[in-house]
Amino acid sequence: MNCRVISFLFAAAALLLSADVFAAAPIKIGALFAVTGPAAFLGEPERNTAKMVVDEINRAGGIKGRKLELVSYDTAGDATKAVQLATKLIKDDKVVAIIGPSTTGETMAVIPVAEKEQVPLISCSAGSKITDPLKKWIFKTAQNDSLAVGRIYEYLQKNRQTNVAILTVSDGFGASGREQLKAQSAKFGIKIVSDDTYGPKDTDMTAQLTKIRGSQAQAIICWGTNPGPAVIAKNVRQLGIKTPLFMSHGVSSKKFIELAGEAAEGVKLPSGKVVVADLLPGSDPQKKSLLAFIKDYQNHYKTEGDHFGGHAWDAVMLIKAAVEKGADSSSAMRDNLEKIRGFAGIGGTFSYSAKDHAGLGKDAFVLVEVRNKDWVIVK
Amino acid sequence: MQFDQLLQYTLSGLSTGAIYALIGIGFSIIYNATGIINFAQGEFVMLGGLLTLSCLDLLKLPLWAAIPCAVAVSTVAGLLFERLAIRPLRQPTPINLVIITIGGSILIRGLAMLIWGKDTHSIPPFSGDEPIAIGGATILPQHLWILAITLVIIAINKIYFYHTISGKAMRACAYNRRAAGLVGIDVRRMVLFSFMISSALGAVAGIIVAPLTMTAYDVGVMLGLKGFCAAIIGGMSSGIATVVGGLLLGVLESLGAGLISSGYKDAIAFIILLLILFIRPQGLFGKADSERV
Repeated sequence: MNCRVISFLFAAAALLLSADVFAAAPIKIGALFAVTGPAAFLGEPERNTAKMVVDEINRAGGIKGRKLELVSYDTAGDATKAVQLATKLIKDDKVVAIIGPSTTGETMAVIPVAEKEQVPLISCSAGSKITDPLKKWIFKTAQNDSLAVGRIYEYLQKNRQTNVAILTVSDGFGASGREQLKAQSAKFGIKIVSDDTYGPKDTDMTAQLTKIRGSQAQAIICWGTNPGPAVIAKNVRQLGIKTPLFMSHGVSSKKFIELAGEAAEGVKLPSGKVVVADLLPGSDPQKKSLLAFIKDYQNHYKTEGDHFGGHAWDAVMLIKAAVEKGADSSSAMRDNLEKIRGFAGIGGTFSYSAKDHAGLGKDAFVLVEVRNKDWVIVK
Repeated sequence: MQFDQLLQYTLSGLSTGAIYALIGIGFSIIYNATGIINFAQGEFVMLGGLLTLSCLDLLKLPLWAAIPCAVAVSTVAGLLFERLAIRPLRQPTPINLVIITIGGSILIRGLAMLIWGKDTHSIPPFSGDEPIAIGGATILPQHLWILAITLVIIAINKIYFYHTISGKAMRACAYNRRAAGLVGIDVRRMVLFSFMISSALGAVAGIIVAPLTMTAYDVGVMLGLKGFCAAIIGGMSSGIATVVGGLLLGVLESLGAGLISSGYKDAIAFIILLLILFIRPQGLFGKADSERV
């Protein structure tokens, strides 16, 4: 009993004090990330980054005297759970905007909720269909797969390697990549001579690669996230295939080089600029943001920040920019987001408009190659 | 269809199949001693790989010492699993036991996720990774290790079950538990042994495959299912039939992915599983009432 009274008094005192110190109530931002489950490699850095950025904004005194409050939930990569949690964020926590979810599948499931409740949602997943067709309340920060595919095809076209074999993973990421690879091939004069898939948990892809070796392919494009692509790189080396190997931005982290080891050498892939931040010319508008993000993340979490975390960094900073322009309600937030132009973030330089809620151009990706266990930019 | 392609499919299939066989034997040994399917078998495969990683990275052991160390720890894990989860059960009906093994597998996987994180890890190959050309196909030294170790383990298995007292006792339990108990065999000790042997086997499989396929807290699920498939094809025998089942499964998967479509790779395994269960539940090679050990 005594204990209860004391804790009640403490709580009351804390409330009184906090009300005294912060005249204005904090602005509540919701976050949905797949921190556990199969998409944890996305959700974990995203959640970490969002927390880090919000803490930092608050430590610096908030935005125009208003602090941000982050309410973050774990969706475990489950679309049903994501929808329930989105409703909870809107109805119970009364957030003014939502960051996330981490995967395209979850985002597509949450979109109807955000549209109906008229709360802006800034997704951290890559699927093009999230903002195409345009939806009034939905924005995104992750680069479209189509931009990554465009980067590879541009390079192949320039080097006259027009017969390609594609090998994609049989999950949402791979399916979306496969769709884009097929859809854009005609535009770049590329011919897909072999179209294969592999399972996300497969441990040996020599069968598919043997088939590809027998085809006329001049380049192999593999679309997947770790560990599959690392296995493929090893299998390619094992089979002695000399055809150039391209990967997706799904493996643009040091982890891939670590897993594939020797076999990673010479692999080319489109990547956000995070991994090559220090190689960028000083004139690059993103350089400052990138270096700040990398340094912060290193200080907070003792590991390297990746471009997945970058999606959350961009989302929080875009919200910050919108709040700076005087938005504290959902509708004002949405309107201000749409007015953001030339914001140099981690994923690229964002220019949203009434017609474009993805906001990125193809400069969002650079083509990088693995050399001596590190990345170099391919000119 | 060129010959070298076919050769490559077969070689790839055989090396994957050897892993399925090792895991499958683990399933059969426990099944024969206890009558239950241990669905936690895949988790010991995962433990083998990840424990080796820890021995290498944390204890700084050389590879030749890290491997027995990891196998030993996995065996202890198997022993604890039997002691803490299987033995205390008051009504040991097969269905209860099977459900417990599923629960155990989820627990082990969860603990592994907390200990080793969600990342994938790689282990160095035992003897380099320069490809070896055979005909028009290529394999890695690690593939030879896998095939060789599988063969050695099958041989040891044979000797154990047919030429040692405790192996013969375990076979007696498989024939008839009650009769085995009546002639003075400690059935519960045999059950404990079977868990230890199969967790050690699983760990070995996990270790020899890790340099090729890498390892993570959740690799056990799919490998466990494929191993189960191999054991079913072999009619739950802990001898050569399960090995043939595993190799067959590996080769069919590889040929299916190469010749038909890679999208159906896993489907092939499970269609075979269903067909065997429907048409020949006693296994591909078994007679209806055959010796199971």
